[in-house]
Amino acid sequence: MGTYIVRRLLQAIPMLLIVSIVLFGLVNLAPGGPLSQFSRSRRMTAERAESLKRQFGLDKPVPVQYVVWLVGNDWMKVDTTGDGILDSHGTRKGILRGDFGFSYKTREPVLDEIGERLPNTLYLLGFMMLFTGLIAIPIGIISAVKQYSAFDITATTLSFMGQAIPDFWFGLILILVFYATLNNPFTGEALLPSGGMYTLGAEFSIWDRIKHLILPVTMGLVGWVAWYSRYLRSSMLEVINADYIRTARAKGQNERKVLYKHAFKNALIPVVTLFALDFPYMFTGYIYAELIFSWPGMGRLYYDAATSRNYPVLLGVLIIGAGIVIISNLLADIAYAYLDPRVRYE
Amino acid sequence: MITNEKTFEQSGEINNIIRPPETMMSLAWKRFRRHPGAMVGAIVMIFMILTAVFAPLSPYDPVKSDIKNRFQAPSWEHPFGTDGLGRDLMTRTFYGGRVSMTVGIMVVAITLGIGIPVGTIAGYYGGWIDNILMRIIDATLALPALLFMILLAAILREADLPIVESNSKMTIALVLGVLSWPTVARLVRAVFLTLREMDYIQAAQALGASDLRIILRELLPNGFGPIIVQSTLGLGYAIMEESGLSFLGFGIMPPTPSWGNMLNNAQEHLIQYPWLAIFPGIMIFLTIISVNYIGDGLRDALDPYKVLAEIGE
Repeated sequence: MGTYIVRRLLQAIPMLLIVSIVLFGLVNLAPGGPLSQFSRSRRMTAERAESLKRQFGLDKPVPVQYVVWLVGNDWMKVDTTGDGILDSHGTRKGILRGDFGFSYKTREPVLDEIGERLPNTLYLLGFMMLFTGLIAIPIGIISAVKQYSAFDITATTLSFMGQAIPDFWFGLILILVFYATLNNPFTGEALLPSGGMYTLGAEFSIWDRIKHLILPVTMGLVGWVAWYSRYLRSSMLEVINADYIRTARAKGQNERKVLYKHAFKNALIPVVTLFALDFPYMFTGYIYAELIFSWPGMGRLYYDAATSRNYPVLLGVLIIGAGIVIISNLLADIAYAYLDPRVRYE
Repeated sequence: MITNEKTFEQSGEINNIIRPPETMMSLAWKRFRRHPGAMVGAIVMIFMILTAVFAPLSPYDPVKSDIKNRFQAPSWEHPFGTDGLGRDLMTRTFYGGRVSMTVGIMVVAITLGIGIPVGTIAGYYGGWIDNILMRIIDATLALPALLFMILLAAILREADLPIVESNSKMTIALVLGVLSWPTVARLVRAVFLTLREMDYIQAAQALGASDLRIILRELLPNGFGPIIVQSTLGLGYAIMEESGLSFLGFGIMPPTPSWGNMLNNAQEHLIQYPWLAIFPGIMIFLTIISVNYIGDGLRDALDPYKVLAEIGE
């Protein structure tokens, strides 16, 4: 097991390197690269542009820029004044030492920007995942245990619908219904707020927080519950028909124990894989919901960076995101091997 | 078995009740027809395709503005209402379907065009080439998909290269296709890996068949079912993703209508003019749900084990 984990970790390193080279190359070789936002300004002269390029190290070939981006430039002389003379050591530490550069927009370090937004995304996605589990697990189990019952047919049909609803449209419809149409019968205000994390200027109240969470969480729940319940149903069906379940029944084990102790635990194993696919959203955020409900999370950060071509932020979020995807797949494989001993012997 | 067949042939009467030979396709179609969801899905999908094909018959122009008639609520004249520039929304919705479906089909073509050869090479030849291709696939799958597509779209929007002109359907199809081919590649590879060692392949090799012949005639047809199912579902994903990107402003740009950018446009006036938002979303929903049901029906219909059970083998 130990060697397996080490081998997988070693495999992850070249993969992250490839990803970083592709992303960096893409951003830097593309027309409209990092400096294009400056060149749009009318006050920008050719000499000033050259000087800026030297200051940012953009006059060097892309591979050199990549190395600087990766490991920093505090070990080499750079041109800080832009006059063409290498005058002092650089200040960049490189992404390997956690220096993702500065946001073009706020001039803050990219990591600080991420640190500011990440809690909001964790807060939103955490509740989404929690409720997905609370709703999808019972639906999936009952559907499988009572296969082809009225409940199962309804659940399966609803799950097909849930997978087909475009969530960004569903979010708009939620606003139309719960903000624009329905009113709170006591106060006459809109039933639920149309955006934000809390009422600005109001004192902290849990109820206010919950009210702001309901719509964005619901928007994401529909698709997730649909996927997870359907996935759990089919994995549960597979387990229920397995020999060891029949053995447990034949030995006179009571049905509850058979289903919940033997079947359910094993049916959850394949769901680990699906969960590993969705886990990285906890970092990258839920762009559609964060836009529609003006939620200041990671998705918004990335979206705003993309519209203003704020490359340091884009690259930072993408690279960390890719790292999290790789780690979460690795953890899923380890969990899988731990939960299902058959995998280990292959 | 052989003796049995002889007896059947010798006695004329029994010969009459032997079923006429059935092809894999006719059996699959039989099974497909019995899947209610798939049949309803197919009918709805045909209807959606017809609205897209016959969109130009509309008396209204999808792009030209008509300021006098802006923000008209749905009526007999404009069944879906009009938008902020007075354009008929039904016309735009149907034209949007043309765009979304075309992009979807292009994405599927790109997916198969890359996925099948890559999966074939990896699965058939194995060894170091398989290893490299698999690492590329892993790296591709490691990219957070939506974020990467946004980055790519934002970059290509600036570029005006020959194939990827900004705001063309081809550009968006490429953005979506870059990340969608690994699924098909893995699928084809898996089919090849399981079949490569089978006796009939070795027999073909012993008879002197070329690699190309073995790949095209003996191996690839076995992947036909899963590839068809995957492509159908892939069409659904592609349409959803295109709509999502266009909704974010990184897909098809106005004035060209697409379901996604119409929803983006609707967001601004959501409360006053809700009809702007309703119809494009329903169209996306209907398209995706029919495609998914068709895919489900195809999966059942093309499952070789189920077909064999049907014949009674």
